Amino acid sequence: MLTITDLSLTEAKVRHLSGLTASFQPGTLTTILGRTGAGKTSLMRAIAGLLTPDSGRIALAGSDWTRLPPWKRPVAMVTQQFINYPHLNVRDNVAFPLVRAGVAKPEAAAKADAALTRVGLATMMDRRPSELSGGQQQRVAIARALVKKAPVLLLDEPFVNLDYKLREAFREDLVELLATETGTTVLYASTEPREALQMGDQIILMAEGRIVQSGQPRSVFAAPASLTAAQVINDPPINPIPFRQANVADFGALGQHPFRLPPGAYTLGLRAADIHPGGPHQAEVTLTEVTGSETITHLRLSGQHLVMQEKSVVPRTPGDQLGVSLDLGAGLVFGADGARKEI
Amino acid sequence: MRTLYLAFKYSAILLWSAFVIFPFLWALTTSFKTANGVTGGATWIPWVQYEPSIVGWQSLFGGAGGINVMQPFANSLIVTLTASAISIALGTLAAYALSRFSFKFLWMRNSDITFFFISQRIMPPIVLSIPFFLMLRTLGLLDSLPGLILVYVALLMPIAVWVMVDFFNGIPRGLDEMAWMDGCDPVTTFRRVILPNAVPGLVVAGMFCLIFGWNDFFFAFTLTFTQTQLLPVAIVSLNSSVTPWWALSAAALVSIAPLVVLAFVVERFLSKGGLAGAVR
Repeated sequence: MLTITDLSLTEAKVRHLSGLTASFQPGTLTTILGRTGAGKTSLMRAIAGLLTPDSGRIALAGSDWTRLPPWKRPVAMVTQQFINYPHLNVRDNVAFPLVRAGVAKPEAAAKADAALTRVGLATMMDRRPSELSGGQQQRVAIARALVKKAPVLLLDEPFVNLDYKLREAFREDLVELLATETGTTVLYASTEPREALQMGDQIILMAEGRIVQSGQPRSVFAAPASLTAAQVINDPPINPIPFRQANVADFGALGQHPFRLPPGAYTLGLRAADIHPGGPHQAEVTLTEVTGSETITHLRLSGQHLVMQEKSVVPRTPGDQLGVSLDLGAGLVFGADGARKEI
Repeated sequence: MRTLYLAFKYSAILLWSAFVIFPFLWALTTSFKTANGVTGGATWIPWVQYEPSIVGWQSLFGGAGGINVMQPFANSLIVTLTASAISIALGTLAAYALSRFSFKFLWMRNSDITFFFISQRIMPPIVLSIPFFLMLRTLGLLDSLPGLILVYVALLMPIAVWVMVDFFNGIPRGLDEMAWMDGCDPVTTFRRVILPNAVPGLVVAGMFCLIFGWNDFFFAFTLTFTQTQLLPVAIVSLNSSVTPWWALSAAALVSIAPLVVLAFVVERFLSKGGLAGAVR
């Protein structure tokens, strides 16, 4: 089991990780979800030994890795950039870690061929990385990471630099590939909640260098522990709507709702799918994004910026007036401290 | 329009080729002339209308009134190749360290240390000649090949550092990190990953070192007397009251021959896009 305990890391006087504690079971895929700058890459690089933590401990099956140099750690990593050795052909690129580990060259080449066949590059083994497309180059990097059979596999947003369609296809392929890697602890960093929900056995939400929540992806999505966690795991972003609770929840111009809460100030986290077109509230369209078969509409309503998600393609123009309804009862309630309140 | 562009392009290439080749042609024909052929004057075309003679070439190989350039040529080769090899080896290691690790000495950081190396080339050679002379005399290495090699290493290594620091800075650090994770310690990373990808840089640095080393006259002249003579000094010693243009031309061709061969050898390394496909 890979464990990190109270891990803190500062680089160039900027705090990247603050007291992280987590454990990762062998044979599981953990998605680390967070926005850019949340500390995902720093965590991965610290586990790989590329960054030295200020304090805390990293251990695999009880053996302390914290001060171990990267070349002594049994870790494989695929990064956002497609990094390959330009002076070697594709086969030698993949065989490289095996040869360095002392595997005989013919055996290493055979294993590299098998790994390349698995990632769909059987016909390109003699080419140089520069002769491949971006997607193919990243497949080489993935094959090199898999061929090592390292007990820890770190995937740091490996598909972020690929186009959308290719990303979708690669994600499915990767899940298939990783299914055969029994016993490997896989960490997958992502900024995309959909990807995290689709891929991981476990999910860790990160924000500003801290773990804000961890658990099963579905349960974390259904019950985020805090407003920050809800903001990290929701895409389109969750709509934070402040309200005051007296006898009922008072949302000002947006109406009232009969929540049963102690009096005070709260924030309602309303998912974009819980705002619907057609309703009593007149909103102004500020932006429309059509993603595949969905429409994400940005609205201005009573001075509040809201995001609405529809499962269809609807042509809208900025400046349009649109009546909307808000399903306030479906929202999540967060206290002044940001923690979620049961309603 | 395209025809006009092509005509202009090829005219420019032809003009430039003539500009570059003409001095060589002139030297080649002069090397096969005699005193009369040089000063007598041709009616129309000086590099065609003359009686060919090999007097000039004979004077380079122990002929009457000449010298034997074989020994100085060999000396120049030994000094230049050895000094360049040592400079490249040491300079490449220094450059990799300066490119990848952070150093701190008093107020100086990596860029200051790199500049310190380069600053040695800013000084006029005359300033260095007396310290070099005194140091070699103390070491008993004046007028010797090892002494000249030491001096040339001091002169050429800054060039190697300068070229290679820049080149290593262009190699993504992600490549080093990937090699570490593939089980290479920093030394193996340098040897197995960085160095093979630095070949174009090594070629450029090597070429600069060889050119500067081969062409140096000043130190070859001031730090040698009778025992050790390098080619540029030997060529100058050909001069007498009557300038033997035929012999000097032959000597000039001999002295540039290694650099011409070098240019052909390294051309294929320089034209390659070495680091394509490292990081995208």
